[in-house]
Amino acid sequence: MSQDQTEQEWPLFEVFIRSKQGVSHVHAGSLHAADARMALENARDVYTRRNEGCSLWVVPSAAVTASSPEEKGAFFEPSESKIYRHPTFYDVPDDVECL
Amino acid sequence: MDSKQLEAFDSHVAGEGKVEPKDWMPDNYRQTLIRQISQHAHSEIIGMQPEGNWISRAPSLRRKMILLAKVQDEAGHGLYLYSAAETLGVSRGEMDQALLSGKAKYSSIFNYPTLTWADAVAIGWLVDGAAITNQIPLCRCSYGPYARAMVRVCKEEAFHQRQGFEGMMALAKGTSEQKAMAQGALDRWWWPSIAMFGPPDDDSPHSAQSMAWKIKRFSNDELRQKFIDMAVIQAQALGLEIPDPDLKLNEETGHWQTGPIDWDEFWAVVKGKGPCNRQRMTHRRKAHDEGAWVREAAMAFANKQQQKSEKAAA
Ligand SMILES: [Fe+2]
Ligand SMILES: [Fe+2]
Repeated sequence: MSQDQTEQEWPLFEVFIRSKQGVSHVHAGSLHAADARMALENARDVYTRRNEGCSLWVVPSAAVTASSPEEKGAFFEPSESKIYRHPTFYDVPDDVECL
Repeated sequence: MDSKQLEAFDSHVAGEGKVEPKDWMPDNYRQTLIRQISQHAHSEIIGMQPEGNWISRAPSLRRKMILLAKVQDEAGHGLYLYSAAETLGVSRGEMDQALLSGKAKYSSIFNYPTLTWADAVAIGWLVDGAAITNQIPLCRCSYGPYARAMVRVCKEEAFHQRQGFEGMMALAKGTSEQKAMAQGALDRWWWPSIAMFGPPDDDSPHSAQSMAWKIKRFSNDELRQKFIDMAVIQAQALGLEIPDPDLKLNEETGHWQTGPIDWDEFWAVVKGKGPCNRQRMTHRRKAHDEGAWVREAAMAFANKQQQKSEKAAA
């Protein structure tokens, strides 16, 4: 039988793909690899078999710091209450152009 | 469990809200998804075997390239799905172990043999066709990572089914021997393909909860009917006969009705008595064990490189 219990599991990497020049890298999924170099090559084979990308990032999943869903309300509250940050907050006459 | 939290979750999901990895979710929801997604991943991985069997014997270089690309896609599907399951807190090693020990199930369709080349293309047409029918609604699953993996998978599956149909067509329009080969494959794969959607609705205990949680969108029987209606027309286009003397169009509903499905056979195969269960598992275990030194060596190399670069930095 296999020896997975004693085997060290390869670390997890998050994969980001830039689909073409001019747009941002977007998260595509994750994969296991022994190191970053292998993660890049595996990401190419797993996530870009049909020309989905022209650039790849791989980031160790453990290096991602995420906001927590439980604190979502409090965390994003400062922007929620400031409706005057949006153009629709302002009353201006309809017939004045370029506003 | 906090009943307020549960209520909020249920109404969020009922209103087509999506669930992401770190969100609170009922333990049952999590366990149901882990089971379903990992089984789905295992099916993609084991599913490489029946077709892989024909890569070295494909009838032309063109067919060989196509088959190789398709089987490689299935490996990719397995990996997308394992990574989606991992977001729920189960490790890759645990899932591997569950498959290798026989604890986890995979789709029982892959426990049938591919006796001729026609079987290999019939899989693309029928088994991938059935898989697409199943997977399209999963693109709207309430669990974000699973839904996103399914979008990627469905895009790729379209090629799988088309290459299968094209391969069947080449045989069906060929010599009488080739046509007989195509018919033989349809005879072998028809019933297992329609059983792939799982037991009938009145014998499918977990379905109602999965529907409420928007994991499932259609019942087993609804999906099966969709597939049958599609496949009957396609078989006609191929000039092949569906091996079911009771098959008829119900004029009232507009749906094709089949004769009774042999559920005893289905359960026997699920429980390990299919023609290839042992072979599939033996092969999977062998591949895993023989790859162990590669995994260990790669990890040892990575550790060493890291130590080197730490030393250089110090
Ligand atoms: Fe697949
Ligand atoms: Fe497929």
